[in-house]
Amino acid sequence: MSMDPIETFRIEADELLEQIEQGLLDLTHRLGDMDLVNAVFRGLHTLKGSGAMFGFEALAAFTHHCETAFDRVRKGEVPATAELVSAVLSARDHMRALVEEEVTQAHLEAGEALLATLRSAIEKAGGGEAPKGAQAETASQKADDRAASGSGWNIWFRLPANSMTNGTNPLALIAELRELGEATITADLSHVPPLESLVPAELQLAWQVTLKTGQPRSAIEDVFIFVMDDMELKIEPIACEAAAAGQPDEAAATVETQKNASPVAPSIEPVSGDARQAKSAENVRVPAERLDELMDRVGELVIAQSRLSQIATMSTDLHLRSVSEEIERLSGELRDTMMVLRMVPVSTLFGRFRRLVHDLARETGKAIELATDGESTEVDKTVIERLADPLVHLVRNSIDHGLELPAEREAAGKPRTGQVKLSARQAGGEVIMKITDDGRGIDHQKVRAKAEASGLIEPGQQISEHDLLQFIFHPGFSTAQKVTNLSGRGVGMDVVKRTIESLRGTIDLTTKAGEGSEISLRIPLTVAIIDGLLVRVGEGRYVIPLAAVEECIELSLEDDLRSRGRSFISLRDKLVPFLRLRDLFATGTKPDPHQKIVVISTGSERVGLVVDQIIGDHQTVIKSMSKLHANVATFSGATILGDGTVALILDVAHLVAAGQQQEAQLRAAV
Amino acid sequence: MSASILTVDDSASIRITIKLALSDAGYSVDEAENGSAGIDKANAGNFDLIITDLNMPVMDGLTMIEELRKLPAHAGVPIIFLTTESDEAMKQRAKAAGATGWLTKPFNPEQLVRIAKKVLGR
Amino acid sequence: MNSMIEQVQATSKTSPADEMEVLTFNLNDETFALEAIRVQEILDVLPETRVPGADRFAGSVINFRGRVIPLADLRLAFGMDAVTTTIDSRIVVIELEIRGEPTLIGLRTDKVNEVTTLSKANGEPPPSVGMRWRPDFIEGLFKREGEFIILPNLTAIFNQNDASTAAASRIIN
Repeated sequence: MSMDPIETFRIEADELLEQIEQGLLDLTHRLGDMDLVNAVFRGLHTLKGSGAMFGFEALAAFTHHCETAFDRVRKGEVPATAELVSAVLSARDHMRALVEEEVTQAHLEAGEALLATLRSAIEKAGGGEAPKGAQAETASQKADDRAASGSGWNIWFRLPANSMTNGTNPLALIAELRELGEATITADLSHVPPLESLVPAELQLAWQVTLKTGQPRSAIEDVFIFVMDDMELKIEPIACEAAAAGQPDEAAATVETQKNASPVAPSIEPVSGDARQAKSAENVRVPAERLDELMDRVGELVIAQSRLSQIATMSTDLHLRSVSEEIERLSGELRDTMMVLRMVPVSTLFGRFRRLVHDLARETGKAIELATDGESTEVDKTVIERLADPLVHLVRNSIDHGLELPAEREAAGKPRTGQVKLSARQAGGEVIMKITDDGRGIDHQKVRAKAEASGLIEPGQQISEHDLLQFIFHPGFSTAQKVTNLSGRGVGMDVVKRTIESLRGTIDLTTKAGEGSEISLRIPLTVAIIDGLLVRVGEGRYVIPLAAVEECIELSLEDDLRSRGRSFISLRDKLVPFLRLRDLFATGTKPDPHQKIVVISTGSERVGLVVDQIIGDHQTVIKSMSKLHANVATFSGATILGDGTVALILDVAHLVAAGQQQEAQLRAAV
Repeated sequence: MSASILTVDDSASIRITIKLALSDAGYSVDEAENGSAGIDKANAGNFDLIITDLNMPVMDGLTMIEELRKLPAHAGVPIIFLTTESDEAMKQRAKAAGATGWLTKPFNPEQLVRIAKKVLGR
Repeated sequence: MNSMIEQVQATSKTSPADEMEVLTFNLNDETFALEAIRVQEILDVLPETRVPGADRFAGSVINFRGRVIPLADLRLAFGMDAVTTTIDSRIVVIELEIRGEPTLIGLRTDKVNEVTTLSKANGEPPPSVGMRWRPDFIEGLFKREGEFIILPNLTAIFNQNDASTAAASRIIN
């Protein structure tokens, strides 16, 4: 960890702002939820306090105003309204800028404008002008601080009985008084009870101190600042004794404070009700990169272990074999534990969408409700990271193209508020995520027209609705009539599809005119270690992800020769294209007499891969390839085999696409 | 021998600030990041002063103060909590829980050292 | 080998600004040099794995301490013929930024010579004409003991284009 407090503060501020945002977004849906109000208030409070500590004065000052506003909500003086929450949300963005950027005049002006919005939101909520906190304080400040006109003060004090167990050291207080001037101190034993009722830990002594000093009364009060509320303290000026006697205003001369132990009625503020805090009770925070390092180590262990078991199987030494089996079991368990460590709930992903939906609703004028389901479903963190962009695109699409404006919805007999739903659930080794909207659905006719116009299908060609919809994932295909600010730019659905497939997942789209669309993603829970099928092509060994393998069949030399130039096999009455990896990889070797076809699929599409030999299952720790090989699309990564050599992992999505393309070319040629 | 101080705060930036300021003033400083860890540290070490935040995850500062005061070994150890000027109610609760005093945020290193000296009497 | 690494690291720390610690090595009959600070390790030849579809310049990968790193042959960037491995062949592992990402790369060499100091004052820019090599691939030429030492511009060489040619389309067609 960095030892620079300011850098550290920036990181913390980031987290606080994140929490504040989440709290505010939650609040837009549950305006009356006081736990949320308190959580947001606490976040603002901490941000202000720490900001001031580390020189972020503009941040502290600005946040202070927001905190004050929110405090009124917390105290029930002003209800939380959507407008107010929105104003604080915008203010939060400004706070982020104040943390991250050099503060300029423009920032201050922007801040003023935001505060004006906030004030007007409060007024509309019925809050009126905010009371000036300072007025309440002035009364207590009337305490006479007239400088000791004479030579000092007569002080008598008695500490609360429990003060020593509370860590107050009377001797330290006396020492502090001595520092103010020349002090004569006498203990006042008059309150000490008889020996038989004396409690040793309780303080019963009082002290009389004559202090010769030019220091004001406040300096003496400062000495007792921590115990003032609970103690007896009399401070009288030495030289004014005569004057004081003649002047009956004893309150001015003597400040006597005598309060019971709990002077203020118990506050209504709930302190420990924060569910989030309770939840984090057993958690340890670990930097993500350390987790990655650990993953690497476990990966290496798995590799070394597979090497060991290779040696052990060849050996006749029973001890070696039993140790090897033991290590195999242990490293398997370690790997599984490691996998669990890397799992994070999809709520971390879904959480980001609430702000997006909130902003899009304002931008588009559509009323949108975001529903989420299955947020506790856990997925490998790499998968989560790589899913973020595609999901943003899909949600934007649903809102921009799917949902109608409120008036249009009403006209169609639907509720004014459109719904976008994100859901996740685990099914076996996969997570199924769905993005559902209740919008207008996708117009098949428009898709058809576009597909015909771009030459993807012949005019009038027979095609199933499902197949027709797949064109949406075609590069450059968009059914939006006008390109809007939201989804008409940047990545397209083809990029989304490719990203999903690079995670060895699949994407599917269904829609019903007038009722909405559903996009469903199936993605493996983890990408770091996979079960693979190790095959040989020529002299090279390659790994095929086992999850994609449907079956393995024999390809006799005769069949091979017969199928030259055709490259289809008949598989249960369906023609499946196949790719000869030996040709593809230009091995320059002769085919094995008993080649195999490994049939792989991504959802509905299949392709056969001709290999020379199937070696067997392989526990595959995925290593990424460098950017130098980024464009070799045939391979999604590499792994290290038991003998220490590298084997490349075939990219299933790419090969299936290549097979489909080959099929299309051959069909065109017929 | 220099006094040893335990700082308990979930905010690393505050802990670092406190540690730097007090080490510069010649104190030895140990850290804990929540109340529960604070109790563990307090039990393991022999601290002359504990400086704690109130609002922390896992175990908040109030609970930690209450728990520490139940243990005879920590009965008389000064405990200073960090607060803000607007948090009067919290201040009262912390004092009722057995805190010795407080330090108002924002504070600068000089104020911190002054409070430490005040409470430690050296 | 390790002693040479230590030497690389020990000497590279203390070089004044106008001098440069380099590791010299041979490719075919030419002497090349690499800035010593780039050098991570010098390895004996390892089993390598061919990457079908990748450019021959970086046509394979190796296992470097559990990481899969590309193995590149500078000869191909300079239009020289590839040669077979000999007993003197070594792989020099360097770190280089490729499109913004620090990347470990293995370089094939025929022979690793020594760690030495080159004075920047003795360096000449590559002549713009009359050379059989692309001038932008050369950072400088240093004359020493009657021979030229070539300091290649690794950044230019490795970022010129995707060292993997459009393998995707080649595979499909």
